[in-house]
Amino acid sequence: MPGRHGAPMADRRVLMLTGVLFAAALLFLTWHLREPMGFILSLRAGKLAALVLVGAATGAATVLFQTIVGNRLLTPGIVGFDALFIFLQTMLVLVLGGVGFTQLHPNLTFLGETALMTGAALLLFHVLLRRGAEDIARMVLTGIVLGLLLRGLSDFAQRLLDPSEFSILQFVTFASFNSVETANLGVAGGLIALAMLGALRLAPSLDVAALGRPVARGLGLGYDRVVMQALALVAILVSAATALVGPMTFLGLIAASLAREVVPESRHALLLPAAAVIGAITLVAGQFLFERLLGQQGALGVVVEFLGGLLFLALVFGRRRL
Amino acid sequence: MKRWVAWALLLGGLSAVSLCVGATSIFTGQLDAGWLLAISRFPRTAAALLTGVGLALAGVVVQQSVQNRMVEPSLIGTPEAAMLGLLAITLLAPGAAIVTKMSVAAVAALLGMALFLLIARAIPRHDPMLLPIIGLIYGGILFSSAIWIAWTTDLMQYLGTWRLGEFSGVMQGRYEMLWIVAIIAVLLYAIADRITLLGFGEAQARSLGLNYAQTRGLGLAAVAVITAVIVVTVGYLPFVGLLAPNIVSRWRGDNLRANLPVVAALGAASVLSADILGRVLRPPYEIPAGTIFAVFGACVFLWMLNARPARRAHG
Repeated sequence: MPGRHGAPMADRRVLMLTGVLFAAALLFLTWHLREPMGFILSLRAGKLAALVLVGAATGAATVLFQTIVGNRLLTPGIVGFDALFIFLQTMLVLVLGGVGFTQLHPNLTFLGETALMTGAALLLFHVLLRRGAEDIARMVLTGIVLGLLLRGLSDFAQRLLDPSEFSILQFVTFASFNSVETANLGVAGGLIALAMLGALRLAPSLDVAALGRPVARGLGLGYDRVVMQALALVAILVSAATALVGPMTFLGLIAASLAREVVPESRHALLLPAAAVIGAITLVAGQFLFERLLGQQGALGVVVEFLGGLLFLALVFGRRRL
Repeated sequence: MKRWVAWALLLGGLSAVSLCVGATSIFTGQLDAGWLLAISRFPRTAAALLTGVGLALAGVVVQQSVQNRMVEPSLIGTPEAAMLGLLAITLLAPGAAIVTKMSVAAVAALLGMALFLLIARAIPRHDPMLLPIIGLIYGGILFSSAIWIAWTTDLMQYLGTWRLGEFSGVMQGRYEMLWIVAIIAVLLYAIADRITLLGFGEAQARSLGLNYAQTRGLGLAAVAVITAVIVVTVGYLPFVGLLAPNIVSRWRGDNLRANLPVVAALGAASVLSADILGRVLRPPYEIPAGTIFAVFGACVFLWMLNARPARRAHG
């Protein structure tokens, strides 16, 4: 087995990353802590939990997605996963009306949306991926334009809403780490944890699936079933993350690319946790830097998008293809 | 010459509808019909037509310059570059005249395109779909820096109006800059043959006696000015520059001298239709033409991507 010598070292690296995450979290919680300590701590803990959840979900989802697509440049966000979530949310408010929407229990709507999202994503992206296997650029461009279409449709539907209904939606359409929806933290956390466990259980199959459809099937893997399962996990992780803070296109690319640098082997049992932890570190350290040290609360989402976009271009130039 | 008549009838009919449709009826409303037409309806109709012409022509020039049918200014980050320029001038000289602002935006748009061409040169050409992907990411990077600047300086509202094309704010005295588009359209028609040659690629165009760099520079400068004017006055509409040239070239081939007027007319007709649709869908509220076009344009683009025969897409 390749990497037999490397494996313990890679394990250690993931442990070290986890240590870094804990240090960052501790710093985030206790920096310049004043009275009333309990209140400030609970406020910061809520935000910290959201940052960790979103970072971990996005990082793991991206690794899963890259394995199914067989391409290390793509993220679920690039091909329109989060646009799909926003579109579904808009449609829900439009159909149920703002009042009906807020009267539902937030956890219930959240679970319903996630289920809807998973179904829609399976339908849409399974077709897309199946057709795109031989022509990756066409698949990506179709995904991007699909995202633009869904965003356009959401804008269109939002024009039909009352301003009060619109304000219910506003927080999902723009990535912001200041207005985290704490009502959903528990459910989102539970879902993300379950999805992560599912991903880890799927890890050995994913290792085989990464060899490509013909080889994986030749080795006796139910390739299409594994792809469907992984796609469902991606949909759950992305909807949970989008519901908490809004769309993030490139965070996953940063996390997954760094994880592949840190863990120089392609075992998903290590790659998935590494990407999740790096995603979380990126957000916690980034938010600490921008909110506490630079005093710019809203900047993190935009800066991550900016750097992630640059990383994407740099990777394309390095490989001279997608 | 029957085609000319058909187009003239179509555009005339749409304009007549556009003049008649609105929050107040011109036939039975309380306002004086002539005054209403002069102050609001006519400027609005003209603005939509001019915007459509400009966007469609800008699309043609960009497609010929990079030899790729899958792009248009908004798919290579040009409006975003113009917005960065506008933000800069708004911050540095808030009281600057509109002409100054527009000039700065045009220069910024030109710089943005130059940088994109540099990037485009570094990527392989074997796959025509790679270029719009790179362009969209490039535009995204420019836009996120624009968001960041606008966010820290409280200019987010401006950014919203520049990005979303709509005509409800168009009135006499607020749209006249758009006539620059008409002037540029005439200039582009004068060099239509040379723009056609651009599409052959540098080596072949040169061997046919074209001053390649000069022609491309001229064409892209025209695109920059068109983009800047439209972003400043009504806001950008996506996909017009992509669809109009593609539909026309599928139908009539690539002779630009004959096709440029058709492309322009199609762009004008589609933008005006989107604006009229936005007015009648939910009166008295209005849905921005940009929103309508985003939905419609994305659908057609999806169809173009997946239904076209597996023919090479550049040329």
